[in-house]
Parts: sequence; structure tokens; C-alpha cells
Amino acid sequence: MRTPLFVLIWLVIGGVLFAVSVALGNDYVFFAGYVVLQYVVLGTAWNILGGYCGYVNFGSAAFFALGAYSTVAIYKFYPLPIPLLLPISAVVSGVVGFGMGYLTLRLRGAFFAIATLALAVVLETLVVNWDYVGGSRGAYIIRPEEIEPIGNYIRYLFLIMLLLAIGAITVARLIERSRLGYGFATIRDDELAAEASGVPTLRLKLTATTISGALMGMAGAPFPYYIGYLQPSSTFGLDYAVNSIAMPLIGGTTSWVGPLIGALLLGSMQQIATVTISSAVNLLIVGCVLVAFVIVAPNGIIGMVHTYLQRKPDDFVGRRRVDADLPGAVP
Amino acid sequence: MSELLQIDNLGKRFGGFVALENITLSVRAGERLGLIGPNGSGKSTLVNCICGTLRHEQGSVRFDGRTLDGLIAHQRTHLGLARSFQLPRPFVSLSLIDNIRIPLLYTVAARGTHRAAREVEDRCSDLLREVGLQAKAHHLPRDLTQVEMRKLELARAMAAEPKLLIADESMAGLTHSEIQDILTLLVRLNERGVTIILIEHIMRAVMSFSQRLVVLVSGRKIADGRPDEVVRNPEVEKAYLG
Repeated sequence: MRTPLFVLIWLVIGGVLFAVSVALGNDYVFFAGYVVLQYVVLGTAWNILGGYCGYVNFGSAAFFALGAYSTVAIYKFYPLPIPLLLPISAVVSGVVGFGMGYLTLRLRGAFFAIATLALAVVLETLVVNWDYVGGSRGAYIIRPEEIEPIGNYIRYLFLIMLLLAIGAITVARLIERSRLGYGFATIRDDELAAEASGVPTLRLKLTATTISGALMGMAGAPFPYYIGYLQPSSTFGLDYAVNSIAMPLIGGTTSWVGPLIGALLLGSMQQIATVTISSAVNLLIVGCVLVAFVIVAPNGIIGMVHTYLQRKPDDFVGRRRVDADLPGAVP
Repeated sequence: MSELLQIDNLGKRFGGFVALENITLSVRAGERLGLIGPNGSGKSTLVNCICGTLRHEQGSVRFDGRTLDGLIAHQRTHLGLARSFQLPRPFVSLSLIDNIRIPLLYTVAARGTHRAAREVEDRCSDLLREVGLQAKAHHLPRDLTQVEMRKLELARAMAAEPKLLIADESMAGLTHSEIQDILTLLVRLNERGVTIILIEHIMRAVMSFSQRLVVLVSGRKIADGRPDEVVRNPEVEKAYLG
């Protein structure tokens, strides 16, 4: 399928989703949906580095928070409309992603993960001590009640996140089918062999950290408007890091479909649990589902489906990266 | 014939251990060179230094009129150096045809040879057919036998369209006829003008393949010359038989 058609189909699906949400007449749907879509972006972004290249980033919250705090910093100076904030956040988080990549990409496996976790701690400390963006007190952003012609502001935020999610999966899909995607896969499999085949591994890894970081930053940019009160400890919270890893793992890390499915599934479960049980039960759900998947389907839902299809006598083996392995999964 | 590879006074240490000491070696374009030596004599280290996987501390490596010192592995691959690994290192999550595709996308394309997607596809199939793996083109490497794995390794190196191919023990653990398969492949490649350095323990294979033989022992080059003369060299006999 060609990319314009792909985008068009998703815009139609998104449009239908928005129309249905409006028809339901309850703005809470938009509040909950925003979070789920935000995780679609975060999960997809994480997967570009974690799934395609095999580098597990535990610092997703840092990039997300960078996006959010870029918004706060600009808001304090002069409130810009959100569509302008998105590229700014993307640049800030992308640059930090590039820098982090340059400093840490010589590390592999657990060491890389620890380094990214450390990045989150360092950035949080910086923000806590930066008075201009509120420091440890946090920052308030006054959200306008309404926006023309969409109406309630939360609908506007939902719409932005919807478009961002479509953008993110389009980027991920483009990468997957390009030369870059093949290069990323060789990095995941064997960097030494990749270099020997002529793949400039460092440059590709930096590309991945930059794209991944920029997307996470964009996911964070509208967040202060959503939440109204931005606080360092929750913005840099482990929830974001854990969720953006868990969702692709549950969905499957080798294609753009995985993080999408994972985020929709896990994100919705969390939203439902928040309303019906309690908001504290969120991470427990993530933990349980993750454990279950590691045991039952180490290659995620996508892997499970592929294994099932392979039993049938059609030529699914012909597909690239069939149930290609997660970092550390049992083949 | 002109010199394709020129190694000058190369030295490599791992901490206090001297892995390679004052290696000087030149390889002419189109030559078939055998490199032998007991385990731990530094053969693979030498390959790693030539290909940029390891950085050498001393001496220099020139290839095709350029100094390679300081270049990263992939840059050397782009210049026309290719290698196969001692233990096959396929891209495990990519199908065979995609394994072959990587050097075409990244090395051949980097030299400015632009191919349309269809041509790349055909070239991949041709290479797989050449090593007899076309039937498994869409399988993953984990479905391969040991000898097929070696063939894939060679096919991937060949896909980079190298001037010099270094085959690092690509026959270890194979049967008689399988060795013959690989040798035929290498000779055919050489006939097309690719210079080949063969690193091997299996003497029968080395002797039949090499036009010249180099012996490494404990990181030093102790012999360099015609294969039949080299194996009669008393120092070489001593190193091998004790």
C-alpha cells in the first residue's frame, strides 16, 4: 500500500473515531482517548529505537517531559498555539535524543538502559531546580475553555493527538519499508556483521535516537494544556517509561502495528481500570500483562499471529522479519 | 600485477599481550593467498585489523592506494574490502534474501551504483542461486545447516562486490564434499578478478587453493612463499608439530 493511501485510510478511521466520540456526547471520552493516543505515539516512538534497533530506552519519560516543559517555557514567555509548539518540542527532544545517543550508544543491553534511566534523573533534577518553569512547585497552564470551530478545548487536544498518532505510525511504517529499516534490523541482529556489510551503524543509531526522541517530545508538547498543572515528579514518572516499553512488547516490536495494538489495548485497559477500580491499579495491570506476555507470547501479539499463520500452508514465511525476535526473546 | 593490500609493520596488543608484532605483508591484485597458523597465532586478529573491527596501534594498512588507518569498518567495506566471519554471523531476523540485500543497499549503493528495487531483487536472487540457496531465499537463517550458513556468509560478502575477500575459516567443521563446494565457489570468484585471502586450518583445502602461503605463529610472520616450499620450512614444521 502506498503511503498517501495509508495516511488517507487512517485519517478516515480517525475521522470516524472523532465523530463517534462527539456523538457519544460525553467529554470524558476525549479525556481518556487523549491518553490512549498519547501512548500510541510514545509506544511507536520507543519502538523505533527499542524494537527496530534493539536498544532499550528507559528514559522515555525524559523526552516526553522535555516536550511538555518546552511548552511551559514558551508559555511563560508568550503562549503560542499548539501546532507551533509541536515542532519546537520535536527539535528540543530530538537534539537531546541525538546527544544522548552520541554519549551512550557505545553501551549495549542493560548498560544502555541504565544510562537512559540516568538521563531522566538528570533532566528531572535540572527542571526541579529551574525556577522559570516552576521548579519543584510545578507550573500552571490556563487552558482556554473553547476553541473555534471545534468547541470544547479537550476535543481540540484529542484531535491534535489523533493526528500525531497517525503521523507517528506513518513515520514508523515508512522506516520499516525503507533502506533505513533494513539497516536498523541489522543493528538489532549483529552490529559487527552490519559494519562488515557496510552499514554505518553509529549514524543509523543516532538517526533512530533522534527520530524516537523527537516523536516523544511531540507527544509531550500538548500535555501541559491537557493536565493544567505540570509537576516534575509525575511528568518524569516511571509510568511513561514503563508503559512505552510494555506496549510495544505486548503488541510486538517488529512492525508499526505492534505498538499501536499494545497501546490501544493496554491504554484502554488502564483508562477503564482508572474509572472502575482505582487509578493506582494502572501499573499493576501493566506488570501482570507484561509477565503474562513474556511467558505466553514473547514476540507479542504480532508474533503470536504470525506463528499461527505460519502453521497454515500459505507463504507467510516469505514476509520479511517473520516473527523476528525481541531483544532477549527465546527464538 | 600491482599491490592491492599492503600491510606495513603492523602491531596489535591486548593489554600486555602482544597479539601481532611487526607484520609486513603485501597481496597483489588477483592473487589467492592462504594464511595459516596454529590456534591463537593472530590470524583473526590480523583480519580484524585489516577490516577495521579492531584498531591496531602500530604500523599501517594500505588498500587500493589508500591508507585505511583510522577508517571505520563500514568505510573499509565501501572501499572494497569484504570478509566472512569465522563463526557465521547472519542477520537472524532477516530472511536470506534480505541478508544479501544489506550490502547491496549499503555498500554497492554507497559507491554510487544506483539500482532500481527490481534490479536489487534480481541481484540478490542471482547471488543466492550462485551459492545454491535460492530455494531457501525466504527462510530465516535459523533454518540453515552449518554449510548453508557458511555459504550465506560468503554470499553476503560477495554481495558487497569486493576487490578483496577475506574468508576466515569458512570451511571449519565441514565434510569433504562441502569443502569442495566452498572451494569451487572461491575459485570461481577469483577467476572474476577478486583477490582472496583464505584463512584455514584444513591443509588440503589451503594447499589446493593458495598460490602463496603465509604462516603466522604467536603473532609473527614466520614464512611467506610458494605453498610447497613453505610447508617444508623447518620453522613451520616445528610450529605445527612441536
